Amino acid sequence: MSAQTATKVETATAVPRILGERAPKVTARNVDIYYGEKHAIKSLSVDIPDRAVSAFIGPSGCGKSTFLRSINRMNDTIPSCRVTGDIKVDNKDIYARDLDVVHLRARVGMVFQKPNPFPKSIYENVAYGPRIHGTASGKADMDDIVERSLRRASLWDEVKDRLNSPGTGLSGGQQQRLCIARAIAVNPEVILMDEPCSALDPIATARIEELIDELKQNYCIVIVTHSMQQAARVSQLTAFFHLGILVEVGDTDDIFTKPKDKRTQDYITGRFG
Amino acid sequence: MVLVYFGLMLLLSALAYYLGRGQASSLPRPLAALPTYHGARLALFAFFPMLGLFILWEAIVPRLLMSRAISSLPTDLQPADALSLSARTRELLAVVNGTPSADISETVRAAGQALASNLSMAGMILLVLGLAVAGAGVFWAKSQITQQLRARHTVEGTVNWLLIACSAIAILTTLGIVMSVVFETFQFFTKVSPVDFLFGTKWSPQTAIREDQVGSSGAFGFIPLFIGTLVVMIVAMCVAAPIGLFSAIYMAEYATPRVRAFAKPVLEILAGIPTVVYGFFAALTVAPLVRDIGRAAGFDVSSESALAAGIVMGVMITPFISSLADDVINAVPQAMRDGSYAMGATKSETVKKVVLPAALPGIVAAIMLAISKAIGETMIVVMAAGLAANLTLNPLNSVTTITVQIATMLVGDQEFDSAKTLSAFALGFVLFIFTLGLNIIALHIAKKYKEQYD
Repeated sequence: MSAQTATKVETATAVPRILGERAPKVTARNVDIYYGEKHAIKSLSVDIPDRAVSAFIGPSGCGKSTFLRSINRMNDTIPSCRVTGDIKVDNKDIYARDLDVVHLRARVGMVFQKPNPFPKSIYENVAYGPRIHGTASGKADMDDIVERSLRRASLWDEVKDRLNSPGTGLSGGQQQRLCIARAIAVNPEVILMDEPCSALDPIATARIEELIDELKQNYCIVIVTHSMQQAARVSQLTAFFHLGILVEVGDTDDIFTKPKDKRTQDYITGRFG
Repeated sequence: MVLVYFGLMLLLSALAYYLGRGQASSLPRPLAALPTYHGARLALFAFFPMLGLFILWEAIVPRLLMSRAISSLPTDLQPADALSLSARTRELLAVVNGTPSADISETVRAAGQALASNLSMAGMILLVLGLAVAGAGVFWAKSQITQQLRARHTVEGTVNWLLIACSAIAILTTLGIVMSVVFETFQFFTKVSPVDFLFGTKWSPQTAIREDQVGSSGAFGFIPLFIGTLVVMIVAMCVAAPIGLFSAIYMAEYATPRVRAFAKPVLEILAGIPTVVYGFFAALTVAPLVRDIGRAAGFDVSSESALAAGIVMGVMITPFISSLADDVINAVPQAMRDGSYAMGATKSETVKKVVLPAALPGIVAAIMLAISKAIGETMIVVMAAGLAANLTLNPLNSVTTITVQIATMLVGDQEFDSAKTLSAFALGFVLFIFTLGLNIIALHIAKKYKEQYD
């Protein structure tokens, strides 16, 4: 399947190499998103590869978080928000009438900018998703899921002795890894991360970045970030947004070394944004 | 005279303000305090000496003049005891006010007129003295104004003391009320033993005036009232807690902004209805309805029942709980809900498993406060629950509550040395301790869990 053929993405015409290696997991075609009168995303088309990290970069208010949230329909909670166009996960339209948003969000998990563990124990935080979806078949199975999720989020060794203490008592970086463990626990296919490191110190950020790098072997990861170094470090595909338009999308190496668009060039060299 | 005095006081303060500000403005800069602070400082030096003089003068001089007027009366008109002293004082005051009774004796009238002229003379002297102290205060304070004078500190310090005085008045009033209740309670316990009061099961406070009267043995067992209060409170909470909580959940989580904007004020109108209106609604509508329905179903329901009073009280408390619970639920960060939705939780799962547990301490505190409100409520129970102190847990019977008994003890003419009247204070004391305990628990719960997600 060739990406961006029948669409009018402005400058990104070549198919990124990563999409030759990995099948697209999420595809968007001619997506427009409005908040009331405000046109937040304008005619966006993009393919996001599976088992790779895609980064959305761009100045504040450019719509990258808006688009990210529309991939698991978190925008539904905002009454004035309206989405048109096609967004497909595994070739299934997620805005289709018969789609159950609960199932969608089980497959497309999300990690937020500010760590938001529930005011429950560490164990219960991770067990929350499996419980509501009824995926665990008993106490032993649940213990197993919790341990596996915490291990994958590289938090297990730090918390294994205090699984019953509150999740809110952890440090900021640990809380964010707990949120990632919580998202992994429902066994999603896509993990959306909305500036997951912006509230963390550099050491905690480095750990999360390592974690993202490991997770990409199993998941399709989309990360919104304000840090261009972060995008360069962790992602294989980078999309640059500006004023609601997807200006340029391509392999991360290409975007940061030979951007095609003047605006991308200006942004990554720090001339604006 | 008093009006003139206070008018002058304000006028002089204003004058002093402009004087101080003007003088400070003409000083070379930089000043240690802004000219307005110099003005305010000067105004304080006019205001407080005059106020202090007034309080001192009014506390001493009129009383002095009155006692002189009484001692100037001839021997046969001299008051012999406290009763005739106050009668004589009243007569003299009536003359001073120009409304003496016709049968007043000529001597008293003359003494009264002399007192009147003395009083008006004293008023003039006060006025002159007041102007003098204010003038002296302002003069001295004005002479202190220099570039370095820290007038701001004086003014800020005065503001500080004023605020302390206001809170002290509030606190001392509370203390005074508590002390008076405690004192009267002790009086009561000299007549009735605390053990009989706290553990007695019969409440029949009529004490006879003559030995041979019926009901000469008053019984002051507090248990029936306590049980009655408890029954009404439990019925009220059974109505108010679920309705209040669920309507709060609806308002906070499910209602669209338009429904919320309409429904929330309507719900809060319920809180604005005076309790006496709820009372006759309970007595005239709900109680007969409860009785008729109960009888139709084959139960023996009295016309005034704890059930009717409790239901109406529950309706009254509902907006209280729903408003507090709504605030608490709204205070749960949106990030919690987003986190839950992003896991694929439905709305009711999110409410049940994330929002309510996070809001629980606040909800418990709201219910505690509602309970103490229910226990302290009087009017509804007076009208709808009856006066019979039945020791029963059956809400279909008529019961009476602590507050109702306090109200009936103290309505009408009372003598303050009978156990019957004093028992009201003992009941009030117990009620006070009870609601105080509940409020402390509620505040403690709210505080303990407050910082959970900050």
